[in-house]
Amino acid sequence: MTAPAIETQNLSKEYPYGFLHLKRKTSLENLTMQVEHGEVFGLLGPNGAGKSTTIKLLMGIIFPTTGSAQILGKPVSDVSMHRDIGYLPEQPYFYDYLTAAEVLDYFARFHGFNAAERKERVQKMLQRVGLETAGKIQLRKFSKGMLQRVGLAQAILHDPKLVILDEPMSGLDPVGRREVRDIILELKNAGKTILFSTHILPDAETLCDRVGVIARGQLRGVGAPGSIVGVKSLGMEIVFELTGSRPQSEPIRAKAAKSGSNYRMNANEAELYEVLAELREAGAKIVSVTQIKPTLEDFFMELVGKDGARAAAIEVTGQ
Amino acid sequence: MSRILIVAQNTFREAVRDRVLYNLVFFALLMIASAVIVGQISMDIETIVMVSLGLSAISLIGLLIAVFTGVGLVSKEIDKRTLHAVLAKPLRRWEFLLGKFTGLVLTLTVNTAAMGAGLFLAMWYVKHSIARGDTVVLVALYFILLKLTLVVALAMMFSCFTSPLLAILFTGGLYVAGLFVAQLRSLQVTQMSPHTQKFFALLSFLLPNFGNYDVMGAATHGRAIPRILVLHNTLYTALYCAIVLSVAAVIFSRKDLK
Amino acid sequence: MMAGKTAAWLMLLILPAGFAGVWRLQRKVNVERDALYQEQDEVLVRSPKLMKLVTMEYSTLAAEIYWTRAVQYYGSRHLEQETNLESLWPLLDVATTLDPNLLPAYRFGALFLSEPEPRGAGRPDLAVQLLERGLEANPDCWRLDQDLGNVYYLELKDYKRAGEAYLEGSKKPGTQSWMKIMAARFLEKGNSRETAAILWTELFNSSNDAAIKENARVNLELLRADEDIERLNALAEEFAAKTGRPPKSIGELIQSGLLGGVPGDPVGHPYVIGPDGKAAISAKSSLFKEKSVYQRPL
Repeated sequence: MTAPAIETQNLSKEYPYGFLHLKRKTSLENLTMQVEHGEVFGLLGPNGAGKSTTIKLLMGIIFPTTGSAQILGKPVSDVSMHRDIGYLPEQPYFYDYLTAAEVLDYFARFHGFNAAERKERVQKMLQRVGLETAGKIQLRKFSKGMLQRVGLAQAILHDPKLVILDEPMSGLDPVGRREVRDIILELKNAGKTILFSTHILPDAETLCDRVGVIARGQLRGVGAPGSIVGVKSLGMEIVFELTGSRPQSEPIRAKAAKSGSNYRMNANEAELYEVLAELREAGAKIVSVTQIKPTLEDFFMELVGKDGARAAAIEVTGQ
Repeated sequence: MSRILIVAQNTFREAVRDRVLYNLVFFALLMIASAVIVGQISMDIETIVMVSLGLSAISLIGLLIAVFTGVGLVSKEIDKRTLHAVLAKPLRRWEFLLGKFTGLVLTLTVNTAAMGAGLFLAMWYVKHSIARGDTVVLVALYFILLKLTLVVALAMMFSCFTSPLLAILFTGGLYVAGLFVAQLRSLQVTQMSPHTQKFFALLSFLLPNFGNYDVMGAATHGRAIPRILVLHNTLYTALYCAIVLSVAAVIFSRKDLK
Repeated sequence: MMAGKTAAWLMLLILPAGFAGVWRLQRKVNVERDALYQEQDEVLVRSPKLMKLVTMEYSTLAAEIYWTRAVQYYGSRHLEQETNLESLWPLLDVATTLDPNLLPAYRFGALFLSEPEPRGAGRPDLAVQLLERGLEANPDCWRLDQDLGNVYYLELKDYKRAGEAYLEGSKKPGTQSWMKIMAARFLEKGNSRETAAILWTELFNSSNDAAIKENARVNLELLRADEDIERLNALAEEFAAKTGRPPKSIGELIQSGLLGGVPGDPVGHPYVIGPDGKAAISAKSSLFKEKSVYQRPL
């Protein structure tokens, strides 16, 4: 049984603040978790929950008040293991007087590639993140989305075993997000371990093998996205089109809820096929039949809801 | 070691692409040119005026670059968060610091050499020859460079634990203090009590003694500077920089970044 | 992150060792730099007009810098008992050109310049020039008249001009009553020890500057010594008249009943009779060294 890719024990971070630094704000409290090799792990939580704090602690950008963490078996203070890690910071910002190619080349140097290798890898990366035409443009002219891609490129340029991404989807349009999702899946298929943080739940649901939910500095739950919320089925939702005017249509139209040009109707599992037969009689065209499960979102909202007003306060004051 | 050089080369590249630097160097060259004109006002002292004004200009511009860029080396990276991605590489924090330092010192060397070349050009223009005595100006330029190196180290250290503005003020203040204390030592006729005098004598050893680098008199009059002084000044600078950079490294290695 | 312990050990090792090295190097550098500047104290620019042009609105500041250098220069040379003060005049010249209202430069500058070598530059003529420039720029400053009068009286022995200077000063605002009295004394009595004593006493009382006070004090002591020696010499002549030869020691004077006890000089050291039969300050007295430095026979 090999050690996990990432491991923390009671990792905590407190910030002193206020006059004379006498008060303390806890941004992370006793975080104990593991990320196994080869899995995609999502760190979920509302803004200010402590996701970025966790990642920064792992990367050695800030230092823990108590507790410890190891990456690839080595303590996080040992920067030599950074050789095998790729990191995308949140709101990445790079030297704006350099071009995209130059930035990637600069970062590549730290991994000891020779000039020819670097050139090749930089080219490949630019292509992969969709920036092959922007290689010679100075970063000061890049949009946020383009910077995000450069960030992603420098994170995977050296083919690391572990990739840590802080809010990788932020600032991207839907196309961009799709591309990032694809890259993450590619990496997963290549056997990499991925840890990323996000507050966008659908991404977590589709990508992650496991998620850890963090709120207000504490880990509230870890597990597969589905397992967190329970597999309790609340029935099936049928979406259908109904045109024409057979005699069976009217009662159905009355029962169903209209949504756009379609109709929706719920049915529990036992009566599903009956309802479907009814709809067929009425000449309905079935668009989709989906299981109604409590989503991560519901779990999330409940979590945030519990903390309710205080959570809102966190958002506003940042304290 | 090579990691330090990677950071150094990048820092140098940043400086080269910074237009402000070019403006400053250009300004210095302008001052040297004007020194030629000023020198012609008074007979006999053209060379003296030109050398002293020229060296002063080079020193002043160099100081501006050393202080402002020196402070910005670390603080700009922290503020803009360009640092985060770099620290994710297998690079220790002190290596990063040393790399930045080396890069800026390299930049200053190139700048000082360029401005020095301008000065020699002006000297040649005025005197139509370069005598052996003028090699003293080279030593004076070297001393200016040593001085700037120490200033950069101080600027970096301060920027590791205070805001950029305070770091600039502290560095500038320490420079002035270093000059002042050096002067005090030679001030025999004072109104100070022996205790105060001893205190200032102690300070003159603790504080960086920027008076060591002042050879304006020798340079303007073409008097040779003993090689042993060159050696000792170099050692002094190296040792003091080592102290300051160690302190900076310790502070930086334990600092939570944004 | 560098652990707290590592950091502490590092600092504990590097700081003291580093500063010890810095200290040693600094001492060496100090010696070498002093040697470098031994032969000649450099003055950046000796031309007052040029400096005035170059420094523009910072003239006053530049004046201060020149003035400070003058004081340092005088101080360091004074302690080394050196006579070459040729750089002093240009420093003062530039300082007062850049800032004509820099009173200390005129006052102390005149003092340094006028005192005879080795203590001063021995150039009372330059002192007069400086003070006259000062009076032109600061016509209401009676202290400058006082200083001018002193130079004429003490160094140039021109009692008429000394009196005239003091008279001028006595008419200016803020002046003190003895200025007029002294003017009268100079003009009437010319050279006299009493006049000089009053002059030095006034200088001692009125000045806040330690150097000037010291100067005045020593001069007063020397004056008293001269007085004592004059009286002793009178006694020596009496002795010679009586015995047909000059006295060989103070002891002989006491034995012959002319002196009641051993007279001491103003610092308490006994006087001696020199080989020429005349009284003198003992070479072992601290006043002896001062006399040779101050060289102020009256």
